[in-house]
Amino acid sequence: MKIAVVVFPGSNCDVDLFEALHTVCQADVEYVSHKEKSLESFDAVMLPGGFSYGDYLRCGAIARFSNIMPAIVEFAKQGKPVFGTCNGFQILTEAGLLPGALKQNNSLKFVCKTVDLTVENTKTPFTSQYGEKEQISLPIAHADGSYYADQETLAKLEENHQIVFRYAGENPNGSLNDIAGITNEAGNVLGMMPHPERAVEALLGNEDGLRVFKSLLESGKNTIEEAAF
Amino acid sequence: MAIKAEMSPKEIKETKPYIEWGLTEKEFDFISEQLLGRLPNYTETGLFSVMWSEHCSYKKSKPVLREFPNRSKRVLQGPGEGAGIVDIGDGQAVVFKAESHNHPSAVEPYEGAATGVGGIIRDIFSMGARPIAMLDSLHFGEVDNAHTRYLINEVVAGIGGYGNCMGIPTVGGETTFDECYTGNPLVNAMCVGIMDQNDMQKGRAKGVGNAVMYVGAKTGRDGIHGATFASADFADDKETQRSAVQVGDPFMEKLLMEACLELTGQHKDWLVGIQDMGAAGIVSSSCEMASKAGSGMELILDYVPQREPEMSAYEIMLSESQERMLLCIRAGFEEEVRSLFKDYGLEAVVIGRVTEGNDYVLKHKGEIVTNIPVSSLTEDVLEEPSEETNPERISVSEKLNNWVPDILDARETLGKMLAQPTVASKKIFTQTYDSQVRTSTVVGPGSDAAVLRIRGTKKGLAMTSDGNGRFVYLNPLIGGQIAVLEAAANLIASGALPLAMTDCLNYGDPNDPEIYWELHKSVLGMSEVCRVLNTPVISGNVSLYNENNGEAIYPTPMVGMVGLIKNINGYLTNTFRKSGAKVFLVGETFADFAGSEIQKMMTGKISGNLRSINVNSESEKFFKLLKAIELGIVDSAHDLSEGGLAVGLAESLFSSGLGLKANLTTMSSAFLFSETPGRFVVSVVPENVENFIELMKDDCTEIGEVTTNRKLQIKCQDTEFDFSVEEAQKVWEEAIPCLMKSKD
Repeated sequence: MKIAVVVFPGSNCDVDLFEALHTVCQADVEYVSHKEKSLESFDAVMLPGGFSYGDYLRCGAIARFSNIMPAIVEFAKQGKPVFGTCNGFQILTEAGLLPGALKQNNSLKFVCKTVDLTVENTKTPFTSQYGEKEQISLPIAHADGSYYADQETLAKLEENHQIVFRYAGENPNGSLNDIAGITNEAGNVLGMMPHPERAVEALLGNEDGLRVFKSLLESGKNTIEEAAF
Repeated sequence: MAIKAEMSPKEIKETKPYIEWGLTEKEFDFISEQLLGRLPNYTETGLFSVMWSEHCSYKKSKPVLREFPNRSKRVLQGPGEGAGIVDIGDGQAVVFKAESHNHPSAVEPYEGAATGVGGIIRDIFSMGARPIAMLDSLHFGEVDNAHTRYLINEVVAGIGGYGNCMGIPTVGGETTFDECYTGNPLVNAMCVGIMDQNDMQKGRAKGVGNAVMYVGAKTGRDGIHGATFASADFADDKETQRSAVQVGDPFMEKLLMEACLELTGQHKDWLVGIQDMGAAGIVSSSCEMASKAGSGMELILDYVPQREPEMSAYEIMLSESQERMLLCIRAGFEEEVRSLFKDYGLEAVVIGRVTEGNDYVLKHKGEIVTNIPVSSLTEDVLEEPSEETNPERISVSEKLNNWVPDILDARETLGKMLAQPTVASKKIFTQTYDSQVRTSTVVGPGSDAAVLRIRGTKKGLAMTSDGNGRFVYLNPLIGGQIAVLEAAANLIASGALPLAMTDCLNYGDPNDPEIYWELHKSVLGMSEVCRVLNTPVISGNVSLYNENNGEAIYPTPMVGMVGLIKNINGYLTNTFRKSGAKVFLVGETFADFAGSEIQKMMTGKISGNLRSINVNSESEKFFKLLKAIELGIVDSAHDLSEGGLAVGLAESLFSSGLGLKANLTTMSSAFLFSETPGRFVVSVVPENVENFIELMKDDCTEIGEVTTNRKLQIKCQDTEFDFSVEEAQKVWEEAIPCLMKSKD
């Protein structure tokens, strides 16, 4: 499986995603510039955290007009795995690949800490290695992570099991239904505010995020095997 | 500020506007008569006034700064460049520097703090290094009024706003509170970078005909006379100084950093020199680059990208607009450089050339607006010998007996101590900083030092920033020694060998002989410890004139220190880890209450004289403990500072899920709060106790054992008490959030 890490001007967790995949998971991963127009040859796409275009105007609002976006939309339509963390999640909502929006935190402040989460759906390409309702901890680091959608959308998200991660215990940003991460209806596009790429090594004190990447790599193997039959 | 007819040289001489800009009459006459042989014009007078300011020239502090040792086998670059560089083996180097942004932060706290962070980051990447961590040292007034709360909120937001967006983790620092900082908060920022030694760059412009290129943000009218502004003290009738503060754009700087690192890392053959446009903007960066290379320079100001119309030569040269760098590019590669920066959406423009000789020539709108020797702006600055006198308060206090606290209820005293803002948890602030981005933070804010791993190696770096103005105020020499010892102790406790240090010297008006004496003595004290510990001063910054309506701050040298951890898996934190572990106090405890937190808490002020320190035996003790940690026989280590042993023991228990039974029957309860420097609380598992004692010998005393009951139980000579760890931690964590919330 070959994975693209898209780099926008102002992305700053691109290195962290790359290292998690390359150094820790020994995956085949490449940086792809926002200027590119094609994702041919890639099997999965990851949008990193950071401050794309300085988060000016609105988080993710400018990045969604970059050259690479039509290719990402097309990639998602084909059912291939697309993942966005933090600013990546914000870009995915701005681009309409995921429903809803991310508002400023209730505290009106940037918050960086480790939070408890429940894994709500293990039938996605990113969560198959977790147990149903498993409690994990992941770091968050954002100023605009309060998930919002209208009641109808929320009901649909619940009904279709599109809510993949929920804050357990304290909700750090005021997101509706304690939402920390969701997928699209087809389940191949995941956006989440927590940073699994920051939790992949014991040296840094937390390995709970590692299985997001292991799940993806495992799903890649299955797809390739299926293709072989 | 619209363009207006500028004064003629004669009018300048007669009406002396330069005095307002910070130049003295004596200096003006020396420049006219000795350096130029004519009267300087308006633009030239502006250039002299900023370049001869203390901020750029160190004209007052230079004689004192010469006391600092700045060499060791590891130092690759000492003071004089954007930042100092130290060898860490394997062809790698660590680069670091600290800078103050006190005056801008007092006037416009968000932008003042943000641009302080931006400036120090540029210093690091201008050396060719990748910035990997930020630290800060903040000193505010007491948290008992709305204005101080506003300053704290805005400064903290400014630091986070810039660093978070840049993707550089803010991993450590300190925040203290004292009345003396009320009108003049101290905002010091430190940046640490890492590089391959092959990529080292210098700020120099050499090679006749080579291009001087301007990159980054456009030049506006912001920050004009910022450097001069930083060299004058505040008074209420000068509230108009807001215009001197610059506005930061971290997104622009992120692009600039990535582009510059591509240039320094991959295109060394194009690049001759690179320097940040910091204080005094284009003038300081260009003339310093020419001066360091012994070259002349000609700039055409019409080519400088400008944000506002009709800017005068004076405004273009003195603007302190942020996120700009100056490059010297080998002739013939200008187009390549332009195209590299364009790729990042940035402008790179040739604004001049390196010339033969020593002439600094500026052209604007077809006219020569400046033609002066390069050296007149840099090397010819008149050093000002300053008078020194021993302040009366010190000679008086030497004759008095030192204060000793009378503790009625040790438990209650500890509870109150944990709630003192200087001692209490700073999580409410540090939680708004991204401390983990770049995924190398092993220990973030809250321990004695921050620890980062170095990717691709077994090594780690520990880093700290520390300053205690109270001790320096009571005795500058000993206070200076303690400042360096304390920073080194932070690193030792994390298992790191201290390598070198940087500083921000925050003092009052140096024209006051008592303040100059404080500066001089404290630098002597710091230098002595630097020599003994072999931690040379490789970079730094001086911030004088920290006064508000005539009252000086405590003399507050901030020490930023970086240490090397040989094996990252051997790093330590201050938290107890295993029940049954034996707890030792390393170092002796004396009646050191002068300048302590308990003195301030119980008497509302600080007084007394400090006990002298045997620096050599302190150093031996430090290195013995480091050896024990490197041997892997220590389980946790915490150096004791504000609040003393009682606070140190409580902090070692926070979030540990453990308890402690401490037997201190040789100590009266007052000594629980003594702040004797150079002490540590360490825990050692039983199987290592024998080895530990054999190594530390008389420098350690067993004082108790880690338990599972989640209680801090202390028995001393005169009393016995226990404190639930959960309750103690709650007091410690809630103190500052509670103070920040109250409305008045």
